[in-house]
Amino acid sequence: MRAYIIRRLLLTVPTLVILTILVFLSVRFLPGDVIDTMVSESSVYGDVMDRAAFERMLGLDVPVYVQYGRWIGVLPTPDWRTGEARFRGLLQGSLGRSLVGGRLPVERKIVGRLPVTIELGVMSIIIGLVIALPVGIYAAIRQDTPADYAGRSFAIVGLATPNFWLATMVMVYPVVWWRWSPPMYWIRFTEDPLGNLGVFIIPSLIVGTGMAAATMRMTRTMMLEVLRQDYVRTAWSKGLKERAVVLRHAVKNSLIPVVTLIGLQMPIVVGGAVIMENIFNLPGLGRVMVLALSERDYPVVSGINLLFAVAVVAINLVIDLIYPYLDPRVRYA
Amino acid sequence: MPRGPDTSAAFLTRLWREKPLGSVCGIIILMLILVGILADVLAPYDHMEPHTDDILQAPSARFLLGTDYVGRDFLSRLIHGARLSLIVGLAATTLNVVVAVLIGGSSGFFGGKLDLAVQRFVDAWMAFPGLLLLLTVMSIVGRGMLQIIVVLGITGGIVGSRTVRGAVIDIKENAYFHAAQSIGSAGWRTFIRHVLPNIAPVVIVIFTINIGGVIISEASLSFLGFGLPPSVPSWGAMLSREGRQFMEIAPWLALWPGLALTVTVYCLNMFGDALRDLLDPRLRGGSGRIGATGT
Repeated sequence: MRAYIIRRLLLTVPTLVILTILVFLSVRFLPGDVIDTMVSESSVYGDVMDRAAFERMLGLDVPVYVQYGRWIGVLPTPDWRTGEARFRGLLQGSLGRSLVGGRLPVERKIVGRLPVTIELGVMSIIIGLVIALPVGIYAAIRQDTPADYAGRSFAIVGLATPNFWLATMVMVYPVVWWRWSPPMYWIRFTEDPLGNLGVFIIPSLIVGTGMAAATMRMTRTMMLEVLRQDYVRTAWSKGLKERAVVLRHAVKNSLIPVVTLIGLQMPIVVGGAVIMENIFNLPGLGRVMVLALSERDYPVVSGINLLFAVAVVAINLVIDLIYPYLDPRVRYA
Repeated sequence: MPRGPDTSAAFLTRLWREKPLGSVCGIIILMLILVGILADVLAPYDHMEPHTDDILQAPSARFLLGTDYVGRDFLSRLIHGARLSLIVGLAATTLNVVVAVLIGGSSGFFGGKLDLAVQRFVDAWMAFPGLLLLLTVMSIVGRGMLQIIVVLGITGGIVGSRTVRGAVIDIKENAYFHAAQSIGSAGWRTFIRHVLPNIAPVVIVIFTINIGGVIISEASLSFLGFGLPPSVPSWGAMLSREGRQFMEIAPWLALWPGLALTVTVYCLNMFGDALRDLLDPRLRGGSGRIGATGT
């Protein structure tokens, strides 16, 4: 068991290193004309600069591997005005400085927005499970009945419906029909908890139903598999009520693999949050991301990408590590 | 192509008998492809032409689905949107398959250190939330048809390489593979003659499953303003910010592009599922009837 944990942790290290390289490189190969545009727009970033000064400010005046070393924090970064060099990278907890508006540290721009995205993500996951588990379990114990077909159709249609379309429909049709529109402003949880939940409920429902489609299919398949096991047949032949067989014996075992699916769905939650925050004007990381992309504020883009990617790796790692405790049959050598 | 002695006619009959819903979806996709090809003939108006006197017209006999906020015929734009979605979907998915077979095929075939290194890269790639990666890269390469096809093609291909790698590793366990190796067949020859034909079902499944996802990704990117240029009639872009402020006056602007997307993706998924059920070798021989037709 300990050997498994150590091996799993060790395998995460190269993944994280490659991830930092990917995040770093994805914004590093700016075509020359994009830099020209940025130079010509450089008044947006504070003051007008020539190309050389601009590249020095972005740190583009040294080879890529030196840039990466500085970004990670194993090489010192010189201040572009004074030339004074200091270690200021990931290892020192720094994500660099924003290019826009006062060159704030990236951390300061994104940390405050984190709670909004987390709240949206957690509510979406909960709503997804609340819909998917009962429907999936019921579809399995009533296999090939109208209820099963209804559940499966819901899942397939859910997988095909783009979440941004659902959100657009929620914005448009209630206004046309009942003069009602969903709240478009964000309320702090500490000021008005109910109002805050009211703001988040519709976007989370939309992301949640999207997730529920896949989870429901998986729950149904797992339930069907477990219901055919010998021990479930034994439970039936003992004369137990259906309720006891399903809830006490079958459900517990069928839900274990579903936990893994939650980890695999994290990228969908992140993508959904980005889209919903932009439609419903929620001040989360997704909104900062799209704004930073349109302002070409690449240090902020890299920071958000890294944060989300590391979160996905971490969540999947935790799920893998607790899995043997959830399912004692799984013993990693 | 299906394995075994099925002719294409026999395969179609089997598809129709065993997967009626999938077949209906297949027919709808065929119709969509026709609409895409004949877009210029079918569209009642030029999809770019602004009818400045008829802005935001409700659906009528003259404009069957009404007009948008600059007076362009909405039905014509929707029809051209079908062409766009299909071109992006087919081209990017083809690229997916090429990339997946190249990366997954070589990683699984050669195994060893190469496999270990490549798979760590794929791990990292898959941890990077897809939409963020797409947004970042699209903001750098700029909006455009070619850009979006290449970006969606490579991104999805790397994810799909996992499946191809798994299939190749399975094939390496087979006696015919060992036989080929023991008679000294060259590596590339073994790969082309013995591995490639046998991963064909997996490749077809990747193709049909990815195509719906690719179309939704294009629509999401265009919706957020990072996909196709605004003048192009992409279904996703039609739902985006520029059009949204007019949707309360003209709600049909919100309805049709989304409905078109949903029906297209639904049908592609259903048709893909049906194909997979018939092509997946594990199902063959399982129930008597399928096995009987297969042998």
